[in-house]
Amino acid sequence: MNAPALMPRSCAPHAFSLGRLALVCDLSGVLCLPDEDALLVADLHFEKGSSRARRGFLLPPYDTRDTLSRLAAVIAAHDPRRVIAMGDSFHDPHAAQRLCAEDREALAGLMRGREWLWLTGNHDPDAPAGIGGDAAAEIEVAGVRLRHEPSTAPGPEIAGHLHPVAKVVGRGGRVRRRCFATSGERCVMPAFGAYAGGLNVRDPAFAPLFPDGLVARVIGRERVYGVGAGMLAGD
Amino acid sequence: MKPDPCALLPERFEAWFASRGWSARAHQLALLALARAGRSALLVAPTGAGKTLAGFLPSMVELADGVRGEPRMHTLYISPLKALAVDVARNLETPSREMGLPFAIETRTGDTPSHKRARQMERPPDILLTTPEQLALMLAHRDARELFSGLRRVVLDELHALVASKRGDLLSLGLARLFSLAPDLAAFGLSATVREPQALARYLTPDPARPPEIVTVTGGARPDIRMLETDRALPQVGHTAAVSMPAIYDLIRAHRTTLVFVNTRMQAEFVFQALWNLNDDALPIALHHGSLDVEQRRKVEAAMTAGKLRAVVCTATLDLGVDWGDVDLVVNVGAPKGASRIMQRIGRANHTLDEPSKAYLVPANRFEILECRAALDAVEEAAQDTPDLNPGALDVLAQHVLGMACAEPFAADALYEETLRAAPYAALDRETFDEVIRFVATGGYALTAYERFARIVQGADGLWRVRDRHVAQQYRMNVGTIVEATMVKVRLGRIGRAGSPMGRGGRVLGEVEEYFAETLTPGDTFLFAGEVLTFHGLTEDAALVSRASAGTDPKIPSYAGGKFPLSTFLAERVRGYLAEPESWARLPAQLVELLESQRRRSLLPGRENLLVETFMRGGRSYLVAYPFEGRLAHQTLGMLLTRRLERARMKPLGFVANDYGLAVWGLRDLGLAAAGDPGLIDALFAQDMLGDDLEAWLEESNLMKRTFRYCAVIAGLIERRFPGQKKTQRQVTVSTDLVYDVLRRHDPGHILLRAARADAATGLLDIRRLAKMLSRVEGRIVHKALDRVSPLAVSIMLEIGRERIYGEGADDMLAEAEAMLMREAQGEDLV
Repeated sequence: MNAPALMPRSCAPHAFSLGRLALVCDLSGVLCLPDEDALLVADLHFEKGSSRARRGFLLPPYDTRDTLSRLAAVIAAHDPRRVIAMGDSFHDPHAAQRLCAEDREALAGLMRGREWLWLTGNHDPDAPAGIGGDAAAEIEVAGVRLRHEPSTAPGPEIAGHLHPVAKVVGRGGRVRRRCFATSGERCVMPAFGAYAGGLNVRDPAFAPLFPDGLVARVIGRERVYGVGAGMLAGD
Repeated sequence: MKPDPCALLPERFEAWFASRGWSARAHQLALLALARAGRSALLVAPTGAGKTLAGFLPSMVELADGVRGEPRMHTLYISPLKALAVDVARNLETPSREMGLPFAIETRTGDTPSHKRARQMERPPDILLTTPEQLALMLAHRDARELFSGLRRVVLDELHALVASKRGDLLSLGLARLFSLAPDLAAFGLSATVREPQALARYLTPDPARPPEIVTVTGGARPDIRMLETDRALPQVGHTAAVSMPAIYDLIRAHRTTLVFVNTRMQAEFVFQALWNLNDDALPIALHHGSLDVEQRRKVEAAMTAGKLRAVVCTATLDLGVDWGDVDLVVNVGAPKGASRIMQRIGRANHTLDEPSKAYLVPANRFEILECRAALDAVEEAAQDTPDLNPGALDVLAQHVLGMACAEPFAADALYEETLRAAPYAALDRETFDEVIRFVATGGYALTAYERFARIVQGADGLWRVRDRHVAQQYRMNVGTIVEATMVKVRLGRIGRAGSPMGRGGRVLGEVEEYFAETLTPGDTFLFAGEVLTFHGLTEDAALVSRASAGTDPKIPSYAGGKFPLSTFLAERVRGYLAEPESWARLPAQLVELLESQRRRSLLPGRENLLVETFMRGGRSYLVAYPFEGRLAHQTLGMLLTRRLERARMKPLGFVANDYGLAVWGLRDLGLAAAGDPGLIDALFAQDMLGDDLEAWLEESNLMKRTFRYCAVIAGLIERRFPGQKKTQRQVTVSTDLVYDVLRRHDPGHILLRAARADAATGLLDIRRLAKMLSRVEGRIVHKALDRVSPLAVSIMLEIGRERIYGEGADDMLAEAEAMLMREAQGEDLV
């Protein structure tokens, strides 16, 4: 197998770049753009719990505040000028209306004093009403395309949508963790939402995006680990 | 009580008994007399005593005149296995036909077509034979009150096997409802011999002040049971009993029909394969376990009933009283795990009371010799170790409450009173009950968010009713307490280059647990359905395999000792043997040799103390302890010890556990540290590890998450997964692991977490047993520092590498994988 191009010896596995854009994978699952003073967060899926409740499965209604409180911690740590939510921020078109007052307030607090962009996703094709912030389907930051659903068009590109997780099998055990699926062209970010499940990066859905293989930047407990295709197991 | 046989048994019945050369037995007459007095009763009898007939005789007598008005259900029979219900129906048909009795007997199971089930609600048979799940479904029906109002008797077969489980809880709630609906109802429980018949009898009455009569049948021929002697050396570990196969084959040859019981499906596959390799006489030997295709199982059962088989290798699927014909020998391969379990298995040979059942216990490793010895002694003394009855599970109660709302609107007060009449829930406090109602209604969260999605709502009349038909439908989909492990099909076929299957794939051979399939890597070989298969990969819902070429050795996955942990009772005896060298005369020489050398080189574990050995090996420090409390409690202990060692900066790396003990290893020399700090080992095993350490661990324990998932499914919080459901569909549903994490962080007192913790205490984590052990050994820990591994430790050390590690090692594993990538990037050769 060819040695992956993007794993310079000197570089820590959480930091990499697409084009001229430097990126840092945060342990929380967000992506930091230090040069842009921006923070990217994918697939928040607010109100997924209440969405299931409408169908009779009364999941704990705390997913939104859980997601928000983790997001608040990251934002407090980095205090970014700009936050870009990479789509599927709201689990369904009515999710924004179902936010309870307290959560709505918390979200507003996070947005205050920052540039906030909602990229639209398949779960939230329209900009959320009454929440604030800007909305777009796709934008470009320092020559890198940002959109919800990854495209097969030539990169560089950052996307979400697929909820990548990596499974690593080692001595007598296995670990399944959220990860950033990356190549020199592309980064698919892990889902941030509390109830957002994961799709193994070995799933065929990833294959066309990474024709030359991918490196999974796996979120461990203490740091981010770079794991090559050879060590990744399927589900 | 002295029943007058003439008065109790009508002439027609007397004549029928006589025509078969029988006469009614005393306990059968006793039940007739109790039935006449409208009493409930528990019949405790060994196999072959005619229990089932005794249970039905009163109903048959009462129904014999045929003067009943409109069709009404008279007797409801409930068995833990649908096969048993079908079997009993068949057995009742003969006397019913021969005596010309004018009543209808029908079965109702998950296999009964829906039109027939609907008809049964409208025009019920006189006697209906069914399962606990079907009872729950019927009780949740709008017409339940009408259907059961005239019910006179409920017969609970194999009651010992139903109680002490969530199914038993569900059944007890159903029974409490039956007693409410049918004022003239009496209950008969039929049970194998148990430790505490009084506790079981409480099950059968809505009123503890009026306990049912207990009718006990004693005697029966003493079972002829022994340990299979082999002159070949047994291994220190392993569960395959490979060296004993020729002897087992000889036993099969020398008997009419042999049942070979094993503890796990994997063992079943191995034993079947091994016997088949030896089968020069081409004896008809079959395999029966729960993962095989239903068709194949039915074929085996039919051949068995027809007397066409010489042996069946089987798991617990054949444990219970289905009459599979002319079995004259039972062979139990592997550790018996419990005295009562082994008695019931032995009872499968010779279904008559007067002939002795004949059985062999086959230890698979040297330690199991001790366990077999303990079981033999227990059988000799007729000692029982049936499990304690636990308080009723709250997730089951939640399911029941929703079912009751589906049947008709209910008042919380009345339903609470009724719930207290169910034995496992007799001590339930009102506050908890109300919390369960809140859970059923809106999820019962501290944050009230789901008022508008409530599943049951309280009307102005104070009654609770289901919101709509959709809710009732959801209840019906979810009924029951058996949460199956997710299964994937085993299908012939290969994976193409793109990771998807090539072509349409071939025949389905059966199913395996998903977690097992996930442990396989392409190219692995394993035994399934009596064949060696090569694994090629997983698709959405199937493991693709091909038949391996002849002579291929299967890679048999490790599984530590079977599903059932060693019972406390047998464990105590095993510790007793170890502590008393004078009892060793009864043990085989190869085991005595092992114990002697343990005594010389270390110490023998005592009856009451806890032996802890430490030694260095290969640059690592090992701690081995021998609590004999079963694999589950040891795994929990191993996890907690690892955490403590980590805090003490002893750099632990991992642990393994089996039924007898556990080993923890790490980088720093524990023996040396203990020498410098005499209190260290005592502190390590101090009881307070069950406080914060346990709490901290539970947060991330996979076993706890699995326990929570079972509760969440039973309580109706998440959808059940059905076999064959596609993986992509499953990804739409929310993973219970995520739900667990969120609930724990935001609502730690939630009722489902309480339910899961209660389960963990007795279930997968066996915390209750661990707690008892820790308190027993407090101040009695004997630490022996050794310069090398002890003879007893070898069997535990050999488990290393066969078990998965938990939580802690995860980052290490990722770091290792990363290091591989770095080497790859630097162009080093990968080995």
